[in-house]
Amino acid sequence: MKGIISYGAYIPYNRLQRKKIGDFFNKPVFGGVKAVAGYDEDSVSMGVEAAIDCLQRMEHEKVDSIYFATVSASYREKGSIPTIAAALNLPNTIRGIEASTSLRSGTSAILAANETENTLVIASDSRTGAPTGQNEQWFGDGAASFLIGSGEDVIAHIIDSGTVQGEVITSWRSQSDPFTQNWEERLGSTVFLEQVKSNIVPFLEKNDVTADAIAKVMISGPGTRAHTAAARALGFKNEQIQDPLFDKVGAAGNAHAPMMIVSALEAAHPGDYLLTINFSEGLDFILFKVTAAIEQLPARKGVNGYLKIHSDKIAYSDYLKWRELIVTEPPRRPDIERPSAPALYRGYNQNLSFTGSKCRSCGIPQFPKQRVCVQCQQKDEMEDYRFVGQSAKVTTFTLDYLAASPAPPMIVAVIDFVNGGRIICEVTDCDPKEMKIGMNVEMTFRRLYEAGGINNYFWKARPIRQKESS
Amino acid sequence: MGKKGITDKVAVIGMGCTRFAEHWDKSVDDLLVEAAYEAFADAGIEPSDVEAAWLGTMISGYAGITLSGPLKTQFIPVTRVENMCATGSEAFRNACYAVASGAYDIVLAIGVEKLKDSGFSGLNAPKPANDGTVPNISAPASFSFLAPAYYEKYGLSNEQGREVLSRIAWKNHYNGSLNPKAQYRNEVPMEKITKSPMVAALLGIMDCSGVADGAAAAIIVRTEDAHKYKKDPMYVKALSIAAGPGDGRLRQDYDFTTIKENVAAAAAAYAQAGIKNPRKEIDMAEVHDCFTPTELVIYEDLGFSERGHGWQDVLNGVFELDGELPVNPDGGLKSFGHPIGASGLRMLYEMYLQFQGKAGKRQLDNPKIGLTHNLGGTPMQCVSFISIVGKEIS
Repeated sequence: MKGIISYGAYIPYNRLQRKKIGDFFNKPVFGGVKAVAGYDEDSVSMGVEAAIDCLQRMEHEKVDSIYFATVSASYREKGSIPTIAAALNLPNTIRGIEASTSLRSGTSAILAANETENTLVIASDSRTGAPTGQNEQWFGDGAASFLIGSGEDVIAHIIDSGTVQGEVITSWRSQSDPFTQNWEERLGSTVFLEQVKSNIVPFLEKNDVTADAIAKVMISGPGTRAHTAAARALGFKNEQIQDPLFDKVGAAGNAHAPMMIVSALEAAHPGDYLLTINFSEGLDFILFKVTAAIEQLPARKGVNGYLKIHSDKIAYSDYLKWRELIVTEPPRRPDIERPSAPALYRGYNQNLSFTGSKCRSCGIPQFPKQRVCVQCQQKDEMEDYRFVGQSAKVTTFTLDYLAASPAPPMIVAVIDFVNGGRIICEVTDCDPKEMKIGMNVEMTFRRLYEAGGINNYFWKARPIRQKESS
Repeated sequence: MGKKGITDKVAVIGMGCTRFAEHWDKSVDDLLVEAAYEAFADAGIEPSDVEAAWLGTMISGYAGITLSGPLKTQFIPVTRVENMCATGSEAFRNACYAVASGAYDIVLAIGVEKLKDSGFSGLNAPKPANDGTVPNISAPASFSFLAPAYYEKYGLSNEQGREVLSRIAWKNHYNGSLNPKAQYRNEVPMEKITKSPMVAALLGIMDCSGVADGAAAAIIVRTEDAHKYKKDPMYVKALSIAAGPGDGRLRQDYDFTTIKENVAAAAAAYAQAGIKNPRKEIDMAEVHDCFTPTELVIYEDLGFSERGHGWQDVLNGVFELDGELPVNPDGGLKSFGHPIGASGLRMLYEMYLQFQGKAGKRQLDNPKIGLTHNLGGTPMQCVSFISIVGKEIS
């Protein structure tokens, strides 16, 4: 039976306190924080991070296809899966589908995963609400990832599932709209509640499961309150309702329901039933049963881990700047030139999967790939060597107040890997005051910049703040 | 590497140098004409006597026509040379070899740069098309890697290190205050240097060299011909340049308290000139103080100070005008200014003036052996040039 073999999540490091929005506009706001993608993050980079969390040290050859679900794709016209597959060092024969307009794509991707194959599902979103609007407060950024397949490693079987299409205008954004628009929330919540009653009740009866037999119900509905009404209508008690993360992350679009699934799995025990209901012009609903294999799942960051790794120092003005919602004076430096497409093409294998070379003759790892070894000068004695997942230390660093950066000063460090090899790269998710020689760092996949409409993805270092939570 | 050299085979018989400054009213052509004609007059030659020329510029023009046009040289060979911030020195080195070979009797080496026309602060050189994954950090940032690494290795607190760097900047500004051709001709108090606005980790704006326009030129002949033109020419003892393989980017054993190219270039130059104890045998030096930590590391790389003790020598005034080994008597890049292609020749110009006793208020007491050091690139990977020049034939 098909099910979840592994899960992963990603929540960006920066959390904007909603009261700062209220202070700026002098108006009442929701409490809590919203997760804010850094200036160097987007749905692709966050998706890759969630997938790294999901795949851990698994053999990547086992992944047959990728489904990528987002409404905030980095291009309107150009695929993201080749970037994601290369960054994850997955086989280039991998198939993929990008689902990029429906907020239900995340759960639909789980359901569409082929029975006989291992499918990597990545749901990632970074939506921008118009300043002063409710969406701005409510939206948050994040990603979740699942490996869907069958066999003994499945940690949560998909017992049954269903889908209902139910056309209704609740939230939408046209090709030319800069921001998501909403109809009056009561329309969506009324339609949603009706869809839940008429579909979930018979679904549970058919599976001979009652609400009290289900450990957790994960509901992503329209607006901030509909999920509670729906859960109560189905007979669930408050403690059975999975926290929708509004106070800690915000509504993360396609990643919202998947992140709730990850949260539920983090607390689940073998034998638990979990029900997820995801709304967007209709419903996807999935009934999971957790297996004993969950106890063997290796530790990872997940939602719990990433919730703990955060900074709420970000100012509302930083957020406005990063999302290009205010116009600022450019630095007195030449504009960043767009990267050369042929140079990118030659370097994709190296740069996206962060693969350097290791000399067969003297054993020294080197990045970028070299023809002639820097240590022993042997020519063409190199084999590919991947640096991702290796621990590293800061050897020296600088804070560059002159370099063009959306968050000056640009932190650049000389990073030495514990198993050999060096890179000089940017450090992200870090306060300049934290920088120290000897600091432990790990590599994280980021969007370096966008120039000429081209997104340039590469790796940066970030401080290791915490071991995986299990 | 290149230990044979051309010791005492060629001599400089004339030099010229414009003031280094923000020359809003002068073009590249104006600067070239000024420096070249000053050198022609100093050597007592006609422009038409020059048989070949080497022009150093990094971003202010392409090809030899950048020089032959403004000077109206009559179809002689002109080679444009580029080796980043060591460009001016590289023009000089190649011109010396051409004369030593016997191919030409009298040649011109000239360097020029116009940095202030771009509208950006500092050097903004165009880069070849690339994949854009290497961080585009500023020049002060790439040299600022040296400071924390040096402090960590030798146990200096940030405050101690700050005093050392400020003292280097203070010294160079003091020297520049005595130099009518320097960009900045004022003394700067230690406190102002220490509190200057940050540009990169641990470095303030007062740790950076001056961004300037300027040109400098030299006329070179073989030694046997030198006295036909000049009673007090300057003799070339050693020329070396080392281009690095990029160890600093790739190898963990590079620790950012040295610049390996400097060490290699110094070894070659000292071998050519027969120098065993540079601190004792060299009377003065102009070194590439693009940023204050660079000068600190250079002292040790060139053997002026023992490893880990350069900072103490700084605080003891060893490299000041009245010290044991004056460094950057003309004010250095810091105070004289740094128009990229001209700087290497400007360093030689100070050696030339000092040997001839024409250095005015900053004149040293009868120096006989001088060293210039000019570096292009970053601590991780660069070209490093060293010349040793003398007042007398050995």
